[in-house]
Amino acid sequence: MMSSASVAAAVAEAHRREWAFVLAATVRLTGDIDLAEECVQDAYAQALGSWTASGVPDRPGAWLTTVARRGALNLLKRAATERRTLPRLVEDRTDPGPEEIARVGPDEIPDDRLRLIFTCCHPTLSQPAQVALTLRLLCGLTTSEVARAFLVADATMAARITRAKKKINAAGIPYRVPPVAELPERIDAVLEVVYLLYTTGHTAPAGADLVRRDLVERALDLARMLHTLLPATELATTGAADVAGLLALILLTDARATTRVGPDGRAVLLAEADRTQWDRTAIAEGVSLVREALRRRPPGRFALMAAIAAVHDEAPSWADTDWTEIVGLYDLLVTIWPSPVVALNRAVAIGYAHGPAAGLTALDALATEPQLAGYSYLAASRAELLHRLGRLTEARLAYQEALLLTENTVELDFLTTRLGQLPD
Amino acid sequence: MAEYLVLIYEDEAGWAEAGPDTWERVITEHRAFGERNGAVLRGGHGLHPTETATFVRTDNAGGFTVTDGPFAETKEALTGFYVIEAADLDAAVAIAKQVPAPFGGVEVRPVRVFDR
Repeated sequence: MMSSASVAAAVAEAHRREWAFVLAATVRLTGDIDLAEECVQDAYAQALGSWTASGVPDRPGAWLTTVARRGALNLLKRAATERRTLPRLVEDRTDPGPEEIARVGPDEIPDDRLRLIFTCCHPTLSQPAQVALTLRLLCGLTTSEVARAFLVADATMAARITRAKKKINAAGIPYRVPPVAELPERIDAVLEVVYLLYTTGHTAPAGADLVRRDLVERALDLARMLHTLLPATELATTGAADVAGLLALILLTDARATTRVGPDGRAVLLAEADRTQWDRTAIAEGVSLVREALRRRPPGRFALMAAIAAVHDEAPSWADTDWTEIVGLYDLLVTIWPSPVVALNRAVAIGYAHGPAAGLTALDALATEPQLAGYSYLAASRAELLHRLGRLTEARLAYQEALLLTENTVELDFLTTRLGQLPD
Repeated sequence: MAEYLVLIYEDEAGWAEAGPDTWERVITEHRAFGERNGAVLRGGHGLHPTETATFVRTDNAGGFTVTDGPFAETKEALTGFYVIEAADLDAAVAIAKQVPAPFGGVEVRPVRVFDR
């Protein structure tokens, strides 16, 4: 007998690490997501009892998959004798039938997680639906956890997930890895979802937590999963570079997570962060991934963002940061991803590479961008540049404008402090 | 295999103002589409504009009201449709992309199948 605490910990660990694998393998057998979810939940519940009695199996994922698929097969047989028709996902026509799939031994279970994520991130689903399905089906979050992550009511999220699953079944969204011709576009959709999860976790839009750890970790898990699984398929050349870029970006920015908020809960500027606290293992891994990602010509959006993060991570201090290199990377980024937010970051970098006056010129060129209207970071960046130029009255106004535009309490505190530091 | 209805929604003003050259070109495109996809086409028609439409609905007194319209608020209206057969939504979308719709686009809807 194992202690119930250590079994519970093993089950929780298996939930985090194996959920997507177990569910994906079970969906292949049931051909129906809801039914598969039910069987997988049930397998995890059985694990608690069984692992307490006979110990945690060597390969918990294989154990859970076998149990979930056995349960699914029984349900399918019962449905067949009752002559009920169950909905079936559209699969590859070469897929074997349920009986044959269930006979496969634990060593031969194919990894279907890519099928699952490509189905969840299908372009015919809305992006909020893609995000919700990914968290629910790949990360195993409950509906209510997904709702909390995106600050919507449980009922709203439940309806969103139900609608999305209904569309998968009724409209015939296939359960498969897309053909090579469609891959670049389809991989982009998946990466967008993972990136959105990361940014949502990294900068909570409102409330007291600047970082929502769980979302960041889920995004990191997903990026790692994609980086492990995608190169093994024939699409490696098209998609793998972007995947490496995204994984690098998450590692390289998350490596500084512990120094983004001080012990008093206040936001800490990158300039003032204690660089000795940064996660050097994550940085080393990220930097080697950036090199891999930059080999693609032209480099992808995530690879360039990661390269910028790498320059910061490797700089001994704020003052010794290679700002010219950063401006150069932003110049490239703005050509392949001409977003006003990128242009804003480029202007800020120019402010450090070539002085606050040059930065302000670049920034003021963006003043009429409709997408930046109401964006607190524009006003905050302007305030910093004006502050450095000694134009204090204008700086004060800009800080006050930024304060009106943010709801994040940590940012509010930070801006208030900066405003207070202005000399009279 | 499943059936999908491909609904062509277009700006009717585009058609009203179209000259004979446009008509001829688009009709030729539809013919080419039909020849290319004959194996999966289950039907389809172009429609007269919405000003020719008649709406029939039951009233609350057990009878019917018959009116002209409906005239949707949106700029685009149903101008034609195809019924196609496809293995899945990806295949249906691939066919839908070939449907000529010079003044709008198409909507792809899975056909509901009822158990007998």
